[in-house]
Amino acid sequence: MTRKTFLTENRSVFWFLLSLGVFALIITVLADGSGNGMISTSFVKTLGRTLCLMLVAIAMDVVWGYTGILSLGHMAFFGLGGYMIGMWLMYARTEIVLTASLNAAPIPPTPEEIHDAIGSQIFGLVGSSEFPAIWYFAPSLPAQLALVVLVPGVLALVFGWLAFRSRVTGVYLSILTQAMTLALSLYLFQNDSGLRGNNGLSGLQNIPGLGDVPQSHLSIAFFWASAVALGAGYVLFAWVVSGKMGSVIRGVRDNESRVRFLGYHVESYKLFIFTLTGIVSGIAGALYYPQAGIINPNEIAPIASIYLAVWVAIGGRGRLYGAAIGAAVVSLLSSWFTGGSAPDVNLGIYTIQWTDWWLVLLGLSFVAVTLLAPKGIGGLFDLIGNRHPVPATSSTAAGPDLGARRTVEGEEEK
Amino acid sequence: MTSPVPLQSITKPIECIAADTFAVPAASSPPQDFQTRLAMLRALFPALALTLCLCLPSGKAAAQDQRDLQSILQTEAEEVASPGRRSVGSVIDALVASELPQAPEFLQRWSEREVLQRTTDGLFFYGTREGDSYALTDLSTGEPAGSAPASEIEEIRPNGGVRRVIASALVQFQLSDPIEARRIEALDSIARNPSADQLEPLLASIEDEPSPRIRARKEELAGMLAATFGDTPEERIAAISALSDGVSVQIRAVLNQILSTRSEVGTEIPEGTNIARELTPGDDLTRDDAYARLVSEDLAPEIQSRDQLKAALTANIDGGTVGGVPIGALDTEEARARAYETLAAAGTIPRLVTEEDVDAALASHVFFEAYDEDDPAITDAARAALNEVETRVAVHQVADLALDAVSLASIYFLAAIGLAITFGVMGVINMAHGEFIMMGAYTGYVVQQIIPDYTVSLIVALPLAFAVTFAAGVAMERLVIRWLYHRPLETLLATFGISIALQQLAKNIFGTQARPLTSPSWLEGAWVVNDVIGIANIRIAIFVLALIFLALILFILKRTRVGLEVRAVTQNPGMAASMGINPERINMLTFGLGSGIAGIAGVAIGLYAQVTSEMGANYIVQSFMTVVVGGVGNVWGTLAGASLIGVLQKGIEWMNPSNTLAAQTYMILFIILFIQVRPKGIVALKGRAAGD
Amino acid sequence: MKTLLEMSGVSVSFDGFKAINNLSFQIGEPELRAIIGPNGAGKTTFMDIITGKTRPDSGTVIYGEKSISLLKMSESQIAMAGVGRKFQKPTVFEAQTVRENLAMALKNRRGPFDVLLYRKTSRGAKRIEELAETIGLTDALPRIAGELSHGQKQWLEIGMLLAQDPRLLLVDEPAAGMTPAEREHTTDLLKRAAKKHAVVVVEHDMEFIRRLDCRVTVLCEGSVLAEGSLDHVTSDPQVIEVYLGR
Repeated sequence: MTRKTFLTENRSVFWFLLSLGVFALIITVLADGSGNGMISTSFVKTLGRTLCLMLVAIAMDVVWGYTGILSLGHMAFFGLGGYMIGMWLMYARTEIVLTASLNAAPIPPTPEEIHDAIGSQIFGLVGSSEFPAIWYFAPSLPAQLALVVLVPGVLALVFGWLAFRSRVTGVYLSILTQAMTLALSLYLFQNDSGLRGNNGLSGLQNIPGLGDVPQSHLSIAFFWASAVALGAGYVLFAWVVSGKMGSVIRGVRDNESRVRFLGYHVESYKLFIFTLTGIVSGIAGALYYPQAGIINPNEIAPIASIYLAVWVAIGGRGRLYGAAIGAAVVSLLSSWFTGGSAPDVNLGIYTIQWTDWWLVLLGLSFVAVTLLAPKGIGGLFDLIGNRHPVPATSSTAAGPDLGARRTVEGEEEK
Repeated sequence: MTSPVPLQSITKPIECIAADTFAVPAASSPPQDFQTRLAMLRALFPALALTLCLCLPSGKAAAQDQRDLQSILQTEAEEVASPGRRSVGSVIDALVASELPQAPEFLQRWSEREVLQRTTDGLFFYGTREGDSYALTDLSTGEPAGSAPASEIEEIRPNGGVRRVIASALVQFQLSDPIEARRIEALDSIARNPSADQLEPLLASIEDEPSPRIRARKEELAGMLAATFGDTPEERIAAISALSDGVSVQIRAVLNQILSTRSEVGTEIPEGTNIARELTPGDDLTRDDAYARLVSEDLAPEIQSRDQLKAALTANIDGGTVGGVPIGALDTEEARARAYETLAAAGTIPRLVTEEDVDAALASHVFFEAYDEDDPAITDAARAALNEVETRVAVHQVADLALDAVSLASIYFLAAIGLAITFGVMGVINMAHGEFIMMGAYTGYVVQQIIPDYTVSLIVALPLAFAVTFAAGVAMERLVIRWLYHRPLETLLATFGISIALQQLAKNIFGTQARPLTSPSWLEGAWVVNDVIGIANIRIAIFVLALIFLALILFILKRTRVGLEVRAVTQNPGMAASMGINPERINMLTFGLGSGIAGIAGVAIGLYAQVTSEMGANYIVQSFMTVVVGGVGNVWGTLAGASLIGVLQKGIEWMNPSNTLAAQTYMILFIILFIQVRPKGIVALKGRAAGD
Repeated sequence: MKTLLEMSGVSVSFDGFKAINNLSFQIGEPELRAIIGPNGAGKTTFMDIITGKTRPDSGTVIYGEKSISLLKMSESQIAMAGVGRKFQKPTVFEAQTVRENLAMALKNRRGPFDVLLYRKTSRGAKRIEELAETIGLTDALPRIAGELSHGQKQWLEIGMLLAQDPRLLLVDEPAAGMTPAEREHTTDLLKRAAKKHAVVVVEHDMEFIRRLDCRVTVLCEGSVLAEGSLDHVTSDPQVIEVYLGR
């Protein structure tokens, strides 16, 4: 009964999963790895990465579009997920390489010898050879996989608790999350942070134990993994934002104090959503970075999270597929323009090279979308069918104190 | 894209300025070429002679004046021509006694091997070789004295020992040189390279020193020399105690020099050693370090590292086994140790150093630091003096830090006040605020390209930067922000879009490399109180600028009609509108004003930091923090926020100077915790007007 | 009738302005109470204090049989303890349907996981139907609340208040924007609720209050000026002076 209700009430889930499946099949058939070679391995990787970005965009949409928290920190959780899986990838791969070379010596290596050799191999770059304590679990894949969930989850919990309990809202809250993200990225930039400072972790595209599998096949495997994760994430979030939970969090977005007076502990809801989306972001990152090959603290800097918000806004917030489309369109366009594939525009006196002008275009078109099409790309779907419109968020708070509030200016009395 | 390490790059240039400040010890003159110095000397010759005549006891001087340099030299001609280290003193004494003004120059050039002797008549000249002949210059007049073929000339080449004697004699002349700069130079050279024989001439020169400033320096320097080179311990201790009044780097260096120690190890502490402290392995130095020291002193055998152990085993592979252990089984540490022991027992390789061996070796030796100075009374006095000096230095450092913090706070205030005004009045966070700062800085840069005079260009640039960013702010308000009122989050993002567009635009126009914005010469240099306290003039100027703007903004807000309207809109826009205030106009003006101040801040920041397209992004987070910490809608709040963040940042950097990144992280964490305590900032609006 | 809520010696000031000045007030269960007073008398602040929105500078607010202090509780805890509030300006979730609005207010467990795993039950659905019937919005259940008229929003908010099933109902100007017939209906509703619970009504409309036929408390400058039946207070010269006379 519930299941039927869920699907009938959320048609978009069905259509999204269907298009995702069809898309994944088409890519698989055309990919280099299946012998057709119509799509290069690197493009399959780009598409796989895009799917991960779509997943984190959906998470962002739940936080921002549905709950009204403009978090400028979700890419930090994304990056942390990547770091967690990257630690295992780097450790295990270095272990394989070093064991092979040490085995070439007349005397077989001892476990301690290998461990120390890995340490000096990985941390030689930052002038150390000791394993920091945070690498304790690095040799174990299951442990690091657990950390992919735990580290972003716990961090989101702590971040969120600090931010929400002080009842900071709106722009203030955004700035606060941005500051926290900045603190994290600055910390990681240090060489003694234990994660190789600004060098970050590299060589993540080589999966330990799968050295014989060509990248063309690996890329398809990761593409599918990303697609499955995206599909599962979509269903999860569609379920969360439907039903009573969706009702409450949209209530929080539109009128936080009214929800509070109904007896809901608003902070817990915010914290729940913030942590859940943080975890999903971490998982998305753990799938993204093996396809990207390298991760460094730049990826965690606040700017990345701001771009994430831009994707969601352009795609149309308040609807999950909008966020997904926005992330896909903007990130693919961005790599097309900055990759130098876009043709230059010759204006006679000046030639526009898109590598230089793409950001200007993005910035201005973003302003244009905010001003002229606040529903974003997703708004186009409203033209096709009469789907649920995105309601204008009302900034009014509960109670008759309104007369004294500064937000009232220019607003017509209801 | 913004730089990922914005905070660090903010502080860097500031640090550089501070470092420069310290690098300049009290008014030293730039190194001068010797020839220029000579020219100067010659030019000043008449005045110099006059001064000497006035200063010296006239009768004696008159008598001495009868003799010229050449005749004095001729009396000791042999010694002048081939001076010996021991015997050259007689010549120098004669020259000193003559008190001839040309004497120092002669000594200098003599030591520089520029003095020649004409073999035909034995007369001395200055000269330089020109092909096969020498161009001669008269010693007394400095006029050309013809030339002589190389065969008639003997070059005089004093050896190193002689030159040292001459140099020390020269010090005496230089210390009494009538030109201040040269006296200072002599003092600097003594301070750089002190030696025992400088003490006497230095003390001798103090009495006649006319300049009180130099006299003080001479006394200080004499004290330092006495502390190190005094004849008796009592003399030295007295000198050392006298040093405890100062703070200068040199005093600390002298005291540290006296307190220099050497690390030693032995079975026992030798008699008569002046021990600084004994070191206990495990507490004062790590066990490994202690043992390594024993090894380096050949007091203990080396510990075999894992690689050495492995190499030893590899070298002793014997038909598939090592020391009886099959090779395949050597993949644990324990098996390797067993194989090694077997080999060692057979005497093939040296025995493995065990933990017990290490303990025993450490137990049978003492580790200690001994003073290079043997007299404990002197080192005690120096230690006491150093402690006193360092306490005083710490106090001065706090004062210096406070100065630094104030200047940093002024920068943050300038950068943030525009943001605070727009946020307070309109509830709008302008993410492009940083780009307005950048725009102001680039305006300054462009003006400097057109107007070469730095002072004039600065006078032009400040109002122009204000005008440019004011216009940009108004344009942005009209085109974008006013359509987004009551959607603060969307405003945030839209202004962010503008920010990335502006940043990239600046990159396209001005390129990625940093552009300099040169400050006029009167802003260069620093205000130096002593070796510890000092601040660059430019930062004083920024402080003054911040004060001016604080006053200006307070004046506008509290004393003008526009200010009244702005405050009305801040507190209750709806009511303000119904009172006939046009909020649109106020918003536009406010936004323009906020942006304009950002432009001014840009010029100010550009003067000490590099102008890049990303400079604005480096300041934006700090500015936000300043506004958030200070509290919205209040000038004093912004001031308080800027001060808190400035003090905090300097304080954290002081505690952890090696790591700016960590300092930034801690600061942000502190701010986040601060917001837990005071969510509305330091100066919060209270009651109904504050809303929720 | 036992005392449900007791406020004593409560004062609160905003930037030196005393909005509530040594106010003492108590209400029993069941009881219906009307509060009147000129603008700025502190009526809304009074409600803000009870619901936890505003923390008083001094005084105590004791609630329920266990005499718990409301001052230490958060807004949501106070609401869960059985204090429901209807705002002066109707505040409903305009982006959601009438059904969703009512469902959110229904008395249920309020934890995030309870809500996430909440399944629609027939009992809940029936209760929503009942409430919709009571407030006359049965046909409007699937409609977006933002589309409702002002009066309908008032009704919806009253419905949400009833859905919470509170013990203490704080109702701020319920009759504003209603037709005479609707007012009568509202009066009936409030009177019915007051049979079991404590109901506090803030209203300016004297006719409305007369129909409520209950004890009246007159607030002025943050403290109680008079208390008693409507006739009693309207004949009080002080009350006439500050409120009715002008």
